[in-house]
This record gives sequence, structure tokens and C-alpha cells, in this order.
Amino acid sequence: MRARVLVKPKAGILDPQGQAVQRALPALGFTGVTDVHVGRMIELDVQDPARLPEICERLLTNPLIEDYEIVSADPPAPTTASA
Amino acid sequence: MPTVSPSDQRHRQLGLTDGEYALIVQQLGRHPRDTELAMLSLMWSEHCAYKHSRTTLRRLPTEGPAVLMGPGENAGVVDVGGGLGVAFKVESHNHPSAVEPFQGAATGVGGILRDIFAVGARPIAVLDSLRFGEPTSERSRYLLEQAVAGIAHYGNSVGVPTVGGEIYFEAAYEQNCLVNAMCLGLAPIGRLIRSAAAGPGNVLVLLGALTGRDGIGGASVLASAELGEGDAAKRPSVQIGDPFAEKKLLECSLELLESELLISLQDLGAAGLTSAASEMASGGGVGLDIDCDRVPLRELGLAPFEIMVSESQERMLCVVAPDRVAEVVAACERWETRATPIGEVTDSGRMRVRHAAELVADLPVSILVDDCPVYDLAPTEPVGVSLYPAPPATLAPDASAAETLLALLGSANLASRRLVYEQYDPIVQSRTVRRPDEADAAVLALPTGEALAVAIDGNGRRVACDPRAGAAEAVYECAANLTCVGATPLGLTNCLNFGNPEKPHVAWQLTEAVEGIAQACRALGVPVVGGNVSLYNEAPTDAIYPTPVIGMVGRLPDPARAGRLRFARAGDAIALVGPFAPTRAGSEVAKLSGHELAGPLPIMQTAAVRDAQDTVRTMVNAGALHNAHDIAEGGIGVALAECCVAGGIGARVALPAGLDPFAEALGQGFLVSGPDVALTGLAIIGRVGGDALELEGVLTVAVAELAAARDGGLARFL
Amino acid sequence: MKFGVIRFPGSCDEVDAQLACQRVGEAEILWHADRDLRGVDAVVVPGGFSYGDYLRAGAIARFAPVMVEVAEFARAGGLVLGICNGFQVLCEAGLLPGALLDNANLRFVFRQVSLVVVSSDSPFTRACEPDRPLSIPVKHMTGCYYAPPELLRGLQERDQVLLRYAPGHNPNGSLRDIAGVCNAARNVFGLMPHPEHAVDPLTGSIDGLAIFQSIRAAVADRLAV
Repeated sequence: MRARVLVKPKAGILDPQGQAVQRALPALGFTGVTDVHVGRMIELDVQDPARLPEICERLLTNPLIEDYEIVSADPPAPTTASA
Repeated sequence: MPTVSPSDQRHRQLGLTDGEYALIVQQLGRHPRDTELAMLSLMWSEHCAYKHSRTTLRRLPTEGPAVLMGPGENAGVVDVGGGLGVAFKVESHNHPSAVEPFQGAATGVGGILRDIFAVGARPIAVLDSLRFGEPTSERSRYLLEQAVAGIAHYGNSVGVPTVGGEIYFEAAYEQNCLVNAMCLGLAPIGRLIRSAAAGPGNVLVLLGALTGRDGIGGASVLASAELGEGDAAKRPSVQIGDPFAEKKLLECSLELLESELLISLQDLGAAGLTSAASEMASGGGVGLDIDCDRVPLRELGLAPFEIMVSESQERMLCVVAPDRVAEVVAACERWETRATPIGEVTDSGRMRVRHAAELVADLPVSILVDDCPVYDLAPTEPVGVSLYPAPPATLAPDASAAETLLALLGSANLASRRLVYEQYDPIVQSRTVRRPDEADAAVLALPTGEALAVAIDGNGRRVACDPRAGAAEAVYECAANLTCVGATPLGLTNCLNFGNPEKPHVAWQLTEAVEGIAQACRALGVPVVGGNVSLYNEAPTDAIYPTPVIGMVGRLPDPARAGRLRFARAGDAIALVGPFAPTRAGSEVAKLSGHELAGPLPIMQTAAVRDAQDTVRTMVNAGALHNAHDIAEGGIGVALAECCVAGGIGARVALPAGLDPFAEALGQGFLVSGPDVALTGLAIIGRVGGDALELEGVLTVAVAELAAARDGGLARFL
Repeated sequence: MKFGVIRFPGSCDEVDAQLACQRVGEAEILWHADRDLRGVDAVVVPGGFSYGDYLRAGAIARFAPVMVEVAEFARAGGLVLGICNGFQVLCEAGLLPGALLDNANLRFVFRQVSLVVVSSDSPFTRACEPDRPLSIPVKHMTGCYYAPPELLRGLQERDQVLLRYAPGHNPNGSLRDIAGVCNAARNVFGLMPHPEHAVDPLTGSIDGLAIFQSIRAAVADRLAV
């Protein structure tokens, strides 16, 4: 399976990148944007998706400072519509 | 005899003229194949062939008693005693940085590092010379921030200290920023290696990163084309740097040399495998067979021409005896670095490239390296036209001397560079005796107990005013910086950043500047051991100031006595040394006042300047002085202020009658301070002490106010 | 006594650390891929950009074979000093509490800073005079110390914060100006400043020597027991 792991700073952690983006937006005329956070996305092919949480917790993130979310990147399986 | 078919004008898109293409066809007796055309177009570019500068560069003196390797190798090398050589070179990465400043500057550092370890030297210091438009421009601030971050990212990560540099802001660089990087390396003389391939039957081994489509038509084409509309479209071809891969490649290459496993070594830079292999073959008078199928690729489906010209970073090419290949591969594996045999040395004198069992290129090495036509310049001095617009005045005509001094200290060109140099690691490797802002030159301790000093300089506005004198001044200014730490120059490297040399006035600027550098080098006895030329720095709307950048390396006997620029002790006498006869031509104060660029610059009193250098150097090395600082941009007023701010102490000075505190003559005057007895026989102009700088009858400004102006100059923009 | 300084691919300050250690004892370089500490009395995890600092600073180096031995050595009470990237590696390895985030201004920072010795009750700071600040350089991109509130409280209660940036000298936004912390057993210590770059008057201050002298004295005491 092709998986995407979205990593973002834990709530309440100093996120200077997010703040920098948030500060820059009004200057460009984009008002009304709040709560910006900058994380990263890791894309990987795994044979056993059940092991993904462990992969995330041991290497891809530092659980003290980061949260993660696993998203499948596979195209949705074709579904056959039945009348 | 085949002729240029009018329907096939691909050679023009690749930058070859019809005449050049015809010459290729004539030499080969046939049309070149696709891969051959790609290889030839790059090898015949300005960047690789120096076709518009080669004749002019012959004027530079290249020989001296300390020179171990001169121009033509990956870097010049001078002897620093104790069986050690110092390799150094400066190179431009201007166009890539204008397109993508972070990666452009980062890979500029990566490239110059490889030039240094390609000769077997461990890189020990990086310096950078940067030019941007005025910091009031958003684009210039973006370029500055990104270029500095890119240099920091790469230099810091590979563990090579960034010990110095310079930045100028001028509207003339708004469209064409300049990013020049200089690197120094240290090697036992016995470990130095040349790039010449040798020994038919020996194996050509590619080290380092995978080959991808990076920079296909990148540096070489970019470096030869005036930037125009649609720069964003060139972005995909910009190279991406990986400092981690470079660090491993560096350690691995030095280990291979230490184990005497390599016959020759060459870095892959502009024009990639084509240029590296051609130079190795040409240098050794041999041929090379390369098998594209063996080149490890990052993505599938690269055409052979792409493999041959890819500018993927962090790669080196070496020649290894067949029975040592296994050892090379094993040593590389330890450093997690790929080593792949991709061909062999032949006695054919030809560059033969195979792909999928087909011969895709079969060229005499000489056509790649030697046969590109060299063009004579047609220099014409522009008379009665001003090439550059006068800068806007930012200083009121009735500004007081104190206001002028504060304006100068806070101006973009003279303000503190702390915000920039704090992003660089200047101390890794534990050699750095003088850090940025501590002295006029960086000082690096040598294992022999002596030390190296290095500085980089080049004021394009002054060269624009008076190309010959301005370029000479850059050499003197560098020498003055070395003098202030107590060093004697050993050699220099230069990077000549100019506009389109096919324009007569640019040709004139280039030839005059080279003549100025040559004269200064001869007068000071400093040889040019290497360098780089970056031409066509023009955009539709403007051309850069002619900007020769000089990097100079010297040697001093006792690092503990290396000079510092700060005033140190209340009561010390201050002396002015040197034939200092400045004018306002091309000065910072003239810029702030909105004056037209115009020469002439002050006439260099060569012998008297040399005497002054000797006097200061001798006193520094005797440990007699508490400070030494050369008088540069902003004149003696700014130089005194800099000594005060650095030391956190004031001074009271009576300027010699008629001396304009803000007039400039670079590299010709020195400020030194120390106990009276140490300054016997010198022209004492004042004393250190108090908490203000007082120029009697001219101005009095608190040191705190000077410091605030100097510190705030760039901070308000970043 | 003998120090071992680890070399990962991407380490930059390992030779600097070795030279500093050699001012107070013997020191050799330990290769990341070897599961062997060669009988050293103390381990230094040096500065640099191990594995390019890719993913997160220190995240990959912690899985190097030699780190298995370092963890074992630490569990047995051996002294482990992590400097800069070494501090990051030890935090990632769970040998030290907390984590290091990118500097608050998102820029690399080099600066000579003043440090307050909060506690000289450790094998790493015992030779420091309590009231005398240390002048030592920092140089890093990821040096903002972070620990969740309850952990932070615990660190202070157990006197695990050994060094703080002096007022006005915090270069990176670290919580409570924390510059260096030790583990609960006080035998593993990490700090962002570079004491190995403050051991020679020719190239800077000599205030970093106290850290290496402390380690030497602590090892000598243990050997004497």
C-alpha cells in the first residue's frame, strides 16, 4: 500500500514556521487565516500497513513534539455500481 | 563536405554560432550526433571555454616562489611551509542564484568545496562575496535572505567554517545578483593530486550521487545567457544540493587519496561528466571510453546526452588502476558513497561514449577542449556617456558631519554584517584565530605553529568609475586586510563578474580591470593562482557594475599576535600610516549624496603603499600594536568609528589639515594604535579613550550612537 | 582516562571534541557502525549534522549500531556527554528528557553566549565555579529546548537543568533559558553550546575546559573507588 504520513507539531508546541506563514499572509492580502501549522508529509510504500503506527512512533515522528496521521494514498478501489 | 542545414538550427538553441557549428562540421568531416552536439555546445560555452576572456587573462602574472599549482588545475596551490600547501579558488554561481537563490548559493558552495578536495586538500574555510540590489527592494531582500540561508545550510552542514566575506548593495545588481564563493584547503604537499588521467587500461570510476536531470543545460547554458523574461521556466533545471552526500564524498575522497588508491581526481561541475572527463583526458593526453549504461541513474530513461551533461551535484570522477578498484569500492562503501566503474583510459586520444551498445559519441578530445575559437575583444572606452544612472540622494545636502557619519555607518554597504555572519559557523575545525568582525582578515592557525590569513574584496562601483584603478584597488585592499593581521600575501584568486563582453564598453571594462589587477599583482609581487570568469551578467534593463572580486591568501608567523581592529586601551596613541590621499570619487558618501559615478580614483603611490604595508605588518608581528585597521569605504571617519564600536571605547582625533573624513582611497591608509613608544616615528593623530568619537572641529558622536547606527543598518531590512 | 568520541556520517565537530578531550586525557574516535566502545571511560556524542539531520536532527543517528552500546554504557552508569547534535541524538534516543526544536527565528545561529551554571552537582559541572558564568559559543539550527510542563517541573525539582543561558543570551527560544540538562541518574548530559570550542585562548575562551575537567575528575574518583 502507498501511504502518506502527515506529521504536524503537537498542539501548544512552538511552531515558528506556522507563525511565519500566518504573519506573511495578511501582508499579501489574505486576511482571516488563523491557526497555521507547518508539518511535513512522508510518502511510503508498505507491504504491511499494520506496522505503520510503529514506524511512525519509532522513526517518522518524535511523539514528544509531533502528532501524525496516516492517510492512504492508493487510488480508491473501483466500485461497481449496482442498480 | 557537409554544410549547416538551414532547417536544423538546434546548435543555435544550444548557444553555438553558425560559424562555430561550421567549424565543428569541418573538423569532424560530418555533422555531430545528438550526444556530441550537446557535449560540444557545453564545452564551447563561455563558461567552459573562456572564449571571450582567455586572451585577456594571459596578462595576469601567475608565477611566484610559493606557487605549487597555478591556473588550469581545479584550484591553485601555494606552499605555506612545513610540507603543507594551501589550495584556494573563488568561483561564481550568479545565474543559478538569481533563478533559485537558496539552491544556487548552496550548490555554489558545494562546487567550490569539490574543486578544493579534488586537488587532495581538506577544505578549511569558505568566504563569500555577494552583490544584491538595494535592500529597499523586496526582491533583493528575498535574494539576500535565501542566498545566505543556502550558504549556511551547505557550509555549516559539511563542517567547513565560513570565516569571512563581503556584501554590497547597489541598484545595478537588482536583476543580476552575484554569488561568489571562495574556499581554502590544506594538504600535505605529497597528497596533492592533478586531474590528468593516465595509463591506458586504467579504470574510470564515478563517485558519489546518482545522476538525474539536474541542471541539464543548467550552469553552462545559464552562465552564458542573459537573463530575460520567463526565468521561472528555467527553474526545473537548477541543481539541488545535498551537503550530507558532499560531506561523505569529501571524507571518502580524502581517505582514498591518503591510501594512495587514486591516479587522478576531478570534480563534476558545469557540464558534468563531459567537462570532467574531457579535462582529465586532455590533461593526460589520453582518450577515455565511457559506458553510459553503467552510470547509476536517479530516474529511468535518461538519454545519453542527458547523462553526459547532467549537473547532478556531489559527484567526482577518478582514475584507478584495475587491481585497486575493489579497494576503492570497499572504502567508499564504508562512507555510504557509491563508486561505479563507468569506463576506461585509452590511448586513442578520443572521447568515446557508448549507450545501449551503440557508439553515441566519438570525438577527438582536442575538439572538446582545444578547438573552440577564441575571440578577440573589441574594447572601446565610452566617452561622454554615463553607463549607469546616478544613485538617488539619501543624504541631505546640508547634513552635518555627525549626521553624515551616522548615515554612512547605517548605510547598507557599511552597516554591521552580524545578522548575516551569525548564520554561519566560523569555528568548526578549531583553527579560527580571528572571527568575523574581530579583524580585517580571517586568521586560521596552521599545524606548523604559523597561521594563514584570508580576505575577499571587490568594490564594483569604484571599478565602474575607473576600471583599471578600481580593480587595482581591490588587490591593494585585500593586501591591506592581510597586512592588518600581520600576514604577507602568497597568492590570489579572482572572479571576474562582468556584462556582455561582445559590447565594446564591457570589453573595455574587462580589459582595463584585468590590466589593473595585473599591475597591482606585479607591484605587490602576488601571483594569480586561479580564478573564474562570469560574463553576460546582464538583464534587459540593466548591466551590473564591472565587479572583479579578489580573494587573497597570506601567511603570518605568530597567530597569537594576529592584529585586531578594535581600539583596546584608553590612552593609546593612534597613528595614520600610508600615503593616504583620498577623494570622494566613487565613495559611499558620493553615493549617498546622489553623485554621478565618475573617476578618476586616487593615483596609487605604489612604493609608498608597499612601505606602509611593511611598516604595519612588522609592527603587528612584533606584538607592538593594540589594533590595526585599514581605511576603506567611508573614509577615515568610518574607519575610526569601526575601531571605536568594536572596542566599545571612544577616541579623540585631530585629522591632518585638509583631510576629508569621508573621502576614500582603498588599501592605502592604515589606522594603528598602541603605546606611544611603539608608534615612534609615525604620524600620531589622536588618542583612544572616553565614550565618544571626537574629530576635533568636525564632529563628536557617542560610541553608543555609532554602534546603534551600525547595528541597525541591515536589521531594519531583515 | 580515555574518552571515546563517536563519528557518524555527517559529524562535523568530532575532531574538535577529540582535541578538547586530549587536553585532559586520552581520546579516540569511535565509528558509528561498530558495536564497540573500545573500553573508553566516557563517551562524547559530538556536534555536526549526523545523517544530514534529515527527518529530524538526531533521529537517524540514534539507530546507529554504536548507539546500542552507548545506551548500555549509560545504563551501567557510564558518563555520556552530548554536544549540540549529540544532545539532539541523546534526546531522540530517550537517554535525555525533552526535545530540541528549530530555533525560534528559523535561522542558524552562531554566537558566543554567556551561560549560568545552575548546578555544579554533576560529573559534568563539578569543576565549574557556581557563581562564575561561562563564555562558550553556540552554533546550531535546532537548539530550542522543549519539554512538556510536567516534565519541565520534574527537571527543575530534580536539579537536572545544569546550564542556562544568562539573561538576554538565549539564542534560540529555549524554554526557561535551558542550555543543558542531565538525566535523572546524572550520568548523561546534553548541551547545545560547544565547550570543545572554548578550550584554547588562541581560538576563543577557555571556559569549556571546566566541562572536560569535571568529567576527568569524576572518572578519576570512580576509578579510585
